[in-house]
Amino acid sequence: MSKANSPLNDFMNGIWKQNPIFKQVLGTCPTLAVTVSVMNGIAMGLATTFVLFFSSVIISMIKKLIPNQVRIAAYIVVIATFVTIVDIVMKAQFPELSKSLGPFIPLIVVNCIILGRAEAFASKNTVVRSAFDALGMGAGFTLALLVLGGIREILGSNQLLGTVILPATVEPMLIFILPAGAFLTLGILFGTANFFEQRKKENARQKVIEANRASRQVALPVEQQNEGEEA
Amino acid sequence: MDLLIVFLSAAIVNNFVLSYFLGICPFIGVSNKLTSAFSMGLATTFVLVLTAVVTWMINHLILIPAGLDYLQYVSFILVIASLVQFVEMFIKKTSQPLYRALGIYLPLITTNCAILGLALFMALRDYDMMQSIFFGLGAGTGFTLALVIMAGIREELELADIPKPFRGVPITLITAGLLAMAFMGFSGLI
Repeated sequence: MSKANSPLNDFMNGIWKQNPIFKQVLGTCPTLAVTVSVMNGIAMGLATTFVLFFSSVIISMIKKLIPNQVRIAAYIVVIATFVTIVDIVMKAQFPELSKSLGPFIPLIVVNCIILGRAEAFASKNTVVRSAFDALGMGAGFTLALLVLGGIREILGSNQLLGTVILPATVEPMLIFILPAGAFLTLGILFGTANFFEQRKKENARQKVIEANRASRQVALPVEQQNEGEEA
Repeated sequence: MDLLIVFLSAAIVNNFVLSYFLGICPFIGVSNKLTSAFSMGLATTFVLVLTAVVTWMINHLILIPAGLDYLQYVSFILVIASLVQFVEMFIKKTSQPLYRALGIYLPLITTNCAILGLALFMALRDYDMMQSIFFGLGAGTGFTLALVIMAGIREELELADIPKPFRGVPITLITAGLLAMAFMGFSGLI
């Protein structure tokens, strides 16, 4: 984060390096609840991105006007306003989707991602950077929902986006669209993400050690070399 | 009887944490020690019951008669935020150790989806005053139950040899999945 100041970096940050779900563990409630299908996941992701974007921009604009003591309450009011807008629009335009997401659209108000970004980023940075940060976080969130929704829909109902993709001989594993499946899938995905992350770190560490050893081999006798290996 | 069903349904059959996924953040965050999990559960239950009463009154005595339904989210969340502030001040005055143990998670009750979720479900299902109170009580009991069970399991997990990438959040999620499966056993009850 230190030197990466360009808007593109702010955007990319949210997608992987600080992915709200896998790295910051924010917003797990809607993640688990709505990902019974890809469609629901995407809808939830987009709705959250919309709210995140506009509330980040607004909060970043008015950050100097809000007294420090009441800032959280002020942020929440801004967020709740945009959530109300999303909710009303969805009820009018996509009644089916709105019904299947149920109370989870209004619950975007308490999605920690939005308040978290408002507090950690938008209240300290310029409008443009906040906007890109919000878009990146939103994209990362939507992506995670997409993956989770995809896995659960394929395994749980043999379908993807409503079309049957697995042959009927494969018994759909109902457990994956039930609540228990949500926890299991996210847990396993989370572990897998950790696994790759740790392997990457391990590789990088290994490279540093080898580089050190190579440079020492030139300068130092054998004994100290061994010492270097252990450290 | 009706009230008992509302209570049991919220506490066990449709457990807020394990089948509605409400309040997952504190569920993962505070569930590593039994004592703090229990006090967190109690504090949340208290806020839940208060919220049930206050939001019911606001919804039925002010918003609906005045035709201001669209202000529900904004007013609910403001009420919840002030209630949490009140509880925080109360705990700080009465029990310093508890206040320190709950730490950052106390103000975070505001963004605990269980609280706003409760208010929204109440409005959606058109509960009356008594039903709302029992619903809040049931939701709180269910939340405390899930949190305490989880904390108990996690204290044991400390000693287990878990593969490194799965330590922390992933294993907690998987354990929660197994717990949710166990709670599915109650689903025919009501």
